Amino acid sequence: MNKQQTFSIMGNRKNKSAVEEIAQVIFTLCAFLAILAVISITVYMVINGTPALFQVGIREILFGTVWKPTAENPSFGILYVILTSIIGTALAVLLGVPIGILTAVFLAETAPRKLAALVKPAVELLAGIPSVVYGLLGLMILNPLMYKLELAIFKGSDTHQFTGGANLLSAVIVLAIMILPTVINISESAIRAVHPSLKSASLALGASHIQTIFKVILPAAKSGIITAIVLGVGRAIGEAMAITLVSGSSVNMPLPFNSVRFLTTAIVAEMGYASGLHRQVLFTIGLVLFVFIMIINITLNSILKKGEREDA
Amino acid sequence: MKMKKFLALTCAAAMVFGLTACGSAAADTTATDTAADTTTETTDAAESTDTTEEAQAPAEASADLSGTISMAGSTSMEKLANAVAESFMAKYPGVTVTAEFTGSSAGIEAVTAGSVDIGNSSRALKDEEKAAGAVENIVAIDGIAVVVDPSNTVAGLTKDQLISVYKGEIKNWSELGGEDAPIVVIGREAGSGTRGAFEEILGLEDACAYASELDSTGAVIAKVAATPGAIGYVSLDALDDTVKALTLDDVEATAENIKAGNYFLSRPFVMATKGEISEQSEAVQELFKYLASDEGKQVISGVGLITVD
Repeated sequence: MNKQQTFSIMGNRKNKSAVEEIAQVIFTLCAFLAILAVISITVYMVINGTPALFQVGIREILFGTVWKPTAENPSFGILYVILTSIIGTALAVLLGVPIGILTAVFLAETAPRKLAALVKPAVELLAGIPSVVYGLLGLMILNPLMYKLELAIFKGSDTHQFTGGANLLSAVIVLAIMILPTVINISESAIRAVHPSLKSASLALGASHIQTIFKVILPAAKSGIITAIVLGVGRAIGEAMAITLVSGSSVNMPLPFNSVRFLTTAIVAEMGYASGLHRQVLFTIGLVLFVFIMIINITLNSILKKGEREDA
Repeated sequence: MKMKKFLALTCAAAMVFGLTACGSAAADTTATDTAADTTTETTDAAESTDTTEEAQAPAEASADLSGTISMAGSTSMEKLANAVAESFMAKYPGVTVTAEFTGSSAGIEAVTAGSVDIGNSSRALKDEEKAAGAVENIVAIDGIAVVVDPSNTVAGLTKDQLISVYKGEIKNWSELGGEDAPIVVIGREAGSGTRGAFEEILGLEDACAYASELDSTGAVIAKVAATPGAIGYVSLDALDDTVKALTLDDVEATAENIKAGNYFLSRPFVMATKGEISEQSEAVQELFKYLASDEGKQVISGVGLITVD
């Protein structure tokens, strides 16, 4: 009986401090592992991505529009690829964010409890679906629909190259759906975090529920909603698997019905057989993508810091 | 409140990082997948030779053979050369086979200059190359089928029509005797061997106007099968019933027609030697014997090529 007591959490001082110290070391190691990963990825991307920049020329790569990596006189212009990623992401955000925020308002404010109990798990499920499944659905459902639309719009056109529905618009729609769960979940938490006194005050002053939502609650949840948008951008710009199936993957100007290639899909599509300078340029594309993601991260951090200062 | 913000920040950072990681992981997987595919094929081929080797090993005493064989040349023959090198070295552990991929012309130059034993060329030798002493040994043939969706009424194209379609000059099937439907031009990504062969044979190097550039043969077949009006090209061995293969210049895409030389969308894979095979080193002679044997043919068809008799 006496023996068992030594295992109790009321152990002696020496045991306790040893446990504390070991835990401390484990926490520190884990923290360093994460930092190590970030640093090694950064170093790796810079080391692998920059040589081609100087070999081909920064202007030729970033502002060239001709992508012919295997031609006799290869040309590595990725301007259209960069523009596609920017425009595709912007359109996806433009489409997905309003839907996402309004869904969040619905979930947090106006939904009957039973309906919310149905919608909320559905949204969470949406977040858990692997991206390649979005791509497959896009390929099977969206592309044929897009092709019908394309046939109707460009009927008799001599200049348009028909893509069979694999175009920027398909990719944008898939991306918009994919960022929905991120936007909805984070905006919803932000809306719920608004202090109830604000809502009560607004209602007490005679504002309607809808007025309260748009004039009081959403402005109060602003920084959280901006976080949601930035994270949505991050998700959209980094997505590869889903859009490689629906975007057609030819390097073209990012017009709605053109077959286009994103930064991510450019790497995925050609890494298999690329060699030499071609391969290095693919790493450069990775570096460009990396820089974009970094910019998004820094923006996010500064928004959150600003929000924190306002709170304090 | 501060705590909450801190939590949100941490979560947010973790999420963005997670997403980025996802993106790059996806890229990695595809790259390794392709690599894995190739290795599987090669090991498959190697395994099949292993089994036959075990049966024959006592009779042949293959371990006696030693030496080195160096190859240089066509990048399109990379898969074949690596598969052959691997399985040949498995059969004759004393022989080292090295392969470099510098391009067909460079390979033939190297063999006539005597710096390598075998020059790989994915085209027939030119007369001046033969005059310089290179001997054309065709070891395999690469064939490409042009496919359309099964409901397409066009049965075949001529070479000129095919070139116009891929250049983007002919945009509607009605110009080719088919229904009034736009042509959706599908191809492979830059760097693909099939794309290289297709464009080289038609003289369309980097002149194709693709609506879709897909990164695998399977994807091309799936896309063509699912898209009305689509046209694509795939390696002959990948052909299946979900798509319709077009006749080219009225010749059907079959291994027999390609062997007979009637089907233009094919190219020989040549392992050129300086002088006849009988003048070569013992190891090189054995390699050519191996390629002509049943095991060798299995390796060749294992990488999707047509064997020669």
